[in-house]
Amino acid sequence: MDTAATPHSNYLTDGYGLKSWLLTRDHKRIGLLYLLSVSAFFVLGAVFAGLIRLELMTPAGDLVESDVYNKIFTMHGVIMVFFFLIPAIPAVLGNFLLPIMIGAKDLAFPRLNLLSWYIYTVGGVFTLWALVNGGVDTGWTFYTPYSSAFSNSNVALVVVGIFINGFSSILTGLNFIVTVHKMRAPGMTWFRMPLFVWAHYATALIFVLGTPVIAITLVMVAAERLLHLGIFDPKLGGDPVLFQHLFWFYSHPAVYIMILPAMGVMSELVAAFSRKRIFGYEFVAFSSLAIAVVGFLVWGHHMFVSSQSVYAAMAFSLLSYLVAIPSAIKVFNWAATLFKGSISFEAPMIYVFGFIGLFLIGGLTGLFLAALAVDVHVTDTYFVVAHFHYIMVGGTIMMYLGGIHYWWPKIFGKLYHQGMARVSAVVIFIGFNLTFFPQFIVGYLGMPRRYHAYPPEFQLWNILSSAGAVILAIGYAMPTFYLIYSLVKGKPAPANPWGAKGLEWETSSPPPTHNFEAAPVVTEPPYNYAK
Amino acid sequence: MAPQVDALYFFLVALTAFFTLLISGLVVYFAVRYRRRSTDEAGAAIHGNLRLEIAWTVIPLVIVLFIFGWSAKLFFTMARPPADSLDVYVVGKQWMWKFQHPDGHAEVNELHVPVGTSVKLTMTSQDVIHDVYIPDFRVKADVLPGRYTHLWFKATKPGRYRLFCAEYCGTNHSGMVGWVVVQERAEYQQWLAGGAGTGTMAQTGEKLFKDLACATCHQADTTGRGPTLIGLYGKAVTLDDGRTVEADEAYLRESIVNPRAKMVSGFQPIMPTFQGLISEEGLLQLLEYIKSLKAAPSNATGVPAAAAATPEKK
Repeated sequence: MDTAATPHSNYLTDGYGLKSWLLTRDHKRIGLLYLLSVSAFFVLGAVFAGLIRLELMTPAGDLVESDVYNKIFTMHGVIMVFFFLIPAIPAVLGNFLLPIMIGAKDLAFPRLNLLSWYIYTVGGVFTLWALVNGGVDTGWTFYTPYSSAFSNSNVALVVVGIFINGFSSILTGLNFIVTVHKMRAPGMTWFRMPLFVWAHYATALIFVLGTPVIAITLVMVAAERLLHLGIFDPKLGGDPVLFQHLFWFYSHPAVYIMILPAMGVMSELVAAFSRKRIFGYEFVAFSSLAIAVVGFLVWGHHMFVSSQSVYAAMAFSLLSYLVAIPSAIKVFNWAATLFKGSISFEAPMIYVFGFIGLFLIGGLTGLFLAALAVDVHVTDTYFVVAHFHYIMVGGTIMMYLGGIHYWWPKIFGKLYHQGMARVSAVVIFIGFNLTFFPQFIVGYLGMPRRYHAYPPEFQLWNILSSAGAVILAIGYAMPTFYLIYSLVKGKPAPANPWGAKGLEWETSSPPPTHNFEAAPVVTEPPYNYAK
Repeated sequence: MAPQVDALYFFLVALTAFFTLLISGLVVYFAVRYRRRSTDEAGAAIHGNLRLEIAWTVIPLVIVLFIFGWSAKLFFTMARPPADSLDVYVVGKQWMWKFQHPDGHAEVNELHVPVGTSVKLTMTSQDVIHDVYIPDFRVKADVLPGRYTHLWFKATKPGRYRLFCAEYCGTNHSGMVGWVVVQERAEYQQWLAGGAGTGTMAQTGEKLFKDLACATCHQADTTGRGPTLIGLYGKAVTLDDGRTVEADEAYLRESIVNPRAKMVSGFQPIMPTFQGLISEEGLLQLLEYIKSLKAAPSNATGVPAAAAATPEKK
């Protein structure tokens, strides 16, 4: 491996000035730019989450005014969904790894890649501007006619921010699709691609096909708000439910934008720490595509109580059950991969175990919500809040952190403290369950979501949840310290610290600017561990 | 309906617990059984197994189809109010609930109903989207501006049950709460008897009908410039473009606030819009009045009638 100590031996040392970062076209550096911005938004979103849990410790709405509380949970949702969860894995890990994994020097359109980061940043600044300017109180779902005709908050600014941000998703998606089609190294056939790449390919399809719909929908909200065009407000001749159809047509697939890349990370980690080929590779690969496609046909399951017809509700319920199958297939295949593996318990693998537990509960509680008669009772309650946090936080964030821990030595060329990392993974798992499991119970008991004040009989569950949030916060804070510490004091990482397969482990840590010293040629199947 | 919903719910809880324990158990067992014993060890060369893949595709598919069938059947019942239901009309507004009983009783944030009787709510909103949610009855339905939605329940035990707004509606969303008071029949009758009513909803609607001069055109016979409303509710109406629609609540509401949306065949588009001129409660009262205009002989209108005949307007 490359160990020459010249100043230009890797992408991190290839230019030190601010300009060399802000004008970079290197997908790895752009990935790190995203890492910084995405982390900043995560911290901000987490602060809002903390405020929510603090307010809900008592039944009375006594910490802040109702209007302030409404703005807090709205900004928590907007920031976490649009500025953290959606870009997190694709824009950070996907950006960094996708070209390396297929043996390419960079993404197909490096300048477009940099542009997408700038678009993301401008969209984020717009949104933060709205926040400083008084906030927005519609909920991240922007339901009409409240958002378009009644809310006295900064709806238009936030909507413009998300609209701008959408282009960043579209460009990243386009870049990934073209890169996978056109830039694979010699010998890197479709069925030799790591499952991480398959998952990102499926995600990219949703980015490109879904994002324009939310963009135009939000423009319509802004148009109704500013120009009083009658689209959603019945007083102007519009249809309020139309908004929900358009919104969920994107926002349900957006759930798969968040979870598919996490599934991709999961496949890499399970294989690496069992030193075994993923069981049923083709089934796992195609289930990603199946999820991406069928995921576009289930939006109506968010609207079972919205007055849509009984027959439409039945069709959406059935399709929702069908889309559960590919996810189940993945889980079974991951579990089967462990069979007769050589399993080690480094920090990323602890995240894998955490992910399996949380994703199982998150996925299976989806069956409750797809069950029409049960959904009527639990929709719009804390049951739903718990369910999607199990998927988005328990699934996506567990794998985002798992991935960060797995590829950290590759990205920065430094090793972090394994013991600390294992402990933090366990703390996060415990804190997460204590935070969100009580919410299933209080939801079933009937506590509606987005309530500033609530009846006293729900208090116990809310206190448990708030206590869990404290533990969760400690768990999330720990990696910040030992990972940053590793950059300063960590031991240098070898090219392949885990003994894992995959092209990214064949180049040096950190990789050279053009990823490989010599253009790689692929001659073996993926995850070729068995001798 | 609550026990049936709960049966399905706890079936799903059991199913979730079973699969979570099964898979977590397997994962833990494999992790211990196949832990790495030497640093250069590798896993076995297993690529997959088609039979297993088919098994764990088909078995979950059968299970979810079973859940789908069960829940859809139940949902269908929940969506169909029995014909003999007691009507209550609901108007949601930021941030309160207004209930009107056909006999003229009106209440705010409290709804009195008799035990053991099916109650059908006809609901609309005067501003944004709200949602009536009564957790103890396992029922919930959005309340939309500009249209009517329905929800029904049958309370089995007297008592006070919480009612929440479950669709975020702005500042005081969490204050838009109330109670459903379920009373024994006798007690309910007593409650009905109390409170000076100002006439039934239909009577108030009739007064509104006169005040707004609707009767100028909508006469009891076919001589009016507008179609007669006698016996209209629930009947098929032929439109000028040849379509036939049912004169249900949605149609009647639309014909008042946006008369030109669906023109009845043979009439001129001369009716002005009443959008914004009649409150949501007023619209519901008009609706009750129109529903009361039965074509059959009726002591309410005091006129003999046959469907095609042209009874004199009372």
